[in-house]
Amino acid sequence: MVEIEHLCKNFGSLKAVDEVSFGVDRGEVLGFLGPNGAGKSTTMRMITGFLAPDAGRVRVCGDDIATNPLQVKRRIGYLPEGAPLYGDMTPRAFLRFIAEIRGYRGKERELAVDSVVEKVNLQPALEKPIDTLSKGFKRRVGLAQAIIHDPEVLVLDEPTDGLDPNQKHEVRTLIKGMAKEKAIILSTHILEEVDAVCTRAVIISAGRIVSDSTPAELLARSRFHNAVSISIRANTVDGMAEAFRALPAVDSVEVLEAKDGCVRLQLFPAGDAAIAAAVSELARERNWALEELHLERGRLDDVFRDITSGESAQSRG
Amino acid sequence: MPNVWTIFKRELSGYFSTPIAYVFLVIFVVLSGVFTFYVGSYFERDQADLRSFFQFHPWLYLFLIPALAMRLWAEERRSGTLELLLTLPITMTQAVLGKFLAAWAFSAIALLLTLPLWLTTNYLGNPDNGVIMASYAGSLLMAGAFLAIGACMSALTRNQVIAFVITAAVCLGFVLSGYPLVLEFVGAFAPEFVVEAVGSFSFLSHFTEVSKGVIDVRDLVFFVSLMAYWLFANAGVIELKKAE
Repeated sequence: MVEIEHLCKNFGSLKAVDEVSFGVDRGEVLGFLGPNGAGKSTTMRMITGFLAPDAGRVRVCGDDIATNPLQVKRRIGYLPEGAPLYGDMTPRAFLRFIAEIRGYRGKERELAVDSVVEKVNLQPALEKPIDTLSKGFKRRVGLAQAIIHDPEVLVLDEPTDGLDPNQKHEVRTLIKGMAKEKAIILSTHILEEVDAVCTRAVIISAGRIVSDSTPAELLARSRFHNAVSISIRANTVDGMAEAFRALPAVDSVEVLEAKDGCVRLQLFPAGDAAIAAAVSELARERNWALEELHLERGRLDDVFRDITSGESAQSRG
Repeated sequence: MPNVWTIFKRELSGYFSTPIAYVFLVIFVVLSGVFTFYVGSYFERDQADLRSFFQFHPWLYLFLIPALAMRLWAEERRSGTLELLLTLPITMTQAVLGKFLAAWAFSAIALLLTLPLWLTTNYLGNPDNGVIMASYAGSLLMAGAFLAIGACMSALTRNQVIAFVITAAVCLGFVLSGYPLVLEFVGAFAPEFVVEAVGSFSFLSHFTEVSKGVIDVRDLVFFVSLMAYWLFANAGVIELKKAE
């Protein structure tokens, strides 16, 4: 539904976006990741037609944004970074305005506003000026204006930024609920979010795509993927690390902590091996009192740092 | 066209949802009263006309219209709603027109509030109502030209104060360009045709013509084309400076 080909944008001598290409289909939630200033917002602004690219093409459902901007803009719902809103309006007046621009008139307009208000739970704030609302409500108004016309493509620039954990959860639930029938692009720098809502993760750094994979594949690239952390009730760590390291599937062992009669170890597998069963069996054989055994799926922030830090250091200096 | 109307409505109601509207209207009416009766000696002149009212409009507009225009685009830029507005399915022309027309309609409302003055004059004597009507039309046209300049300047910056000051300065140039002070200055180094060109851009002389009761096509064309030019520039400025 969304096809982006060789998109470039320069600001002076800075290459903000450099040869970015990807596609998003219906049912996909594409997480757009990258450090601040990597070019996420600039890319989204080009997809939504706010900025014109220096080179490359954006097509939405077959229409090119450069030649047919209105057609494309009709199909897209967009939440810009920071969810800017007309602060002196009430959410109702604001949503009516958006609905009218989106082509709803009279009764249809009221229906569109009412149904979107229900979808994002905006009723309690409907008649207060937007400026006086809490951050959570403001963000809901921003989301409401983006989805009021039930767009085929949804572009959300940091939809959960600055929200508290409950509000984040609400927004994610809302996005997941819409994911099936839309193509969604959302940018974030919160990695747990990618794992929670995205079906695909594109990582961008210094304007270039450095990784395009599923969240699971990203996790698999982590050093901690399939690693096991254990706590054993024991006064001394002597011999333990060696014993675990002797297991064929275990590559290396790190002692994390040894105090108050409790030893914590981190065991890394050789390759993709599953080591949890072997580890617990060994502990039982040796009569070590196993307090806790935890299988790690991988640490996204590690992978993220690995992928983005080298790149950005090179080209940004 | 429906989009222009939608933007127009939002913008106009925006004026009234803040104290700006009421402050502006009150100040406009009070000041035009002060100018008419005290500075313009409405009673002492003993003439049943509104010349003492209209002759101060260019000066009144000089600092009131920039105040009306300064938020048009600067506020959108500051709050980030520019991005929201321009990613909606509307054209730049619709956005520029909708906003401009809203500000212009607001200045028309301000002018309407001075109608009691007209009624009073009719009560006191027998003024030439044609002249007064022409003057109102001229004043509205001039307000539109001021506003178009203001809209364009407001698009240049995210700071409303800067927008105000630049607009006032540019408008002052247009008002004064018919004055001997400016013309003699220009004449000191420029050839005659440049002096005439500068003089012909004067709001003051065009407005004075109209307020004599003669609506000349040239004066109409002057104000309308000036508005068109500045609004065109307004769209261009937004297009160029979107990223900032």
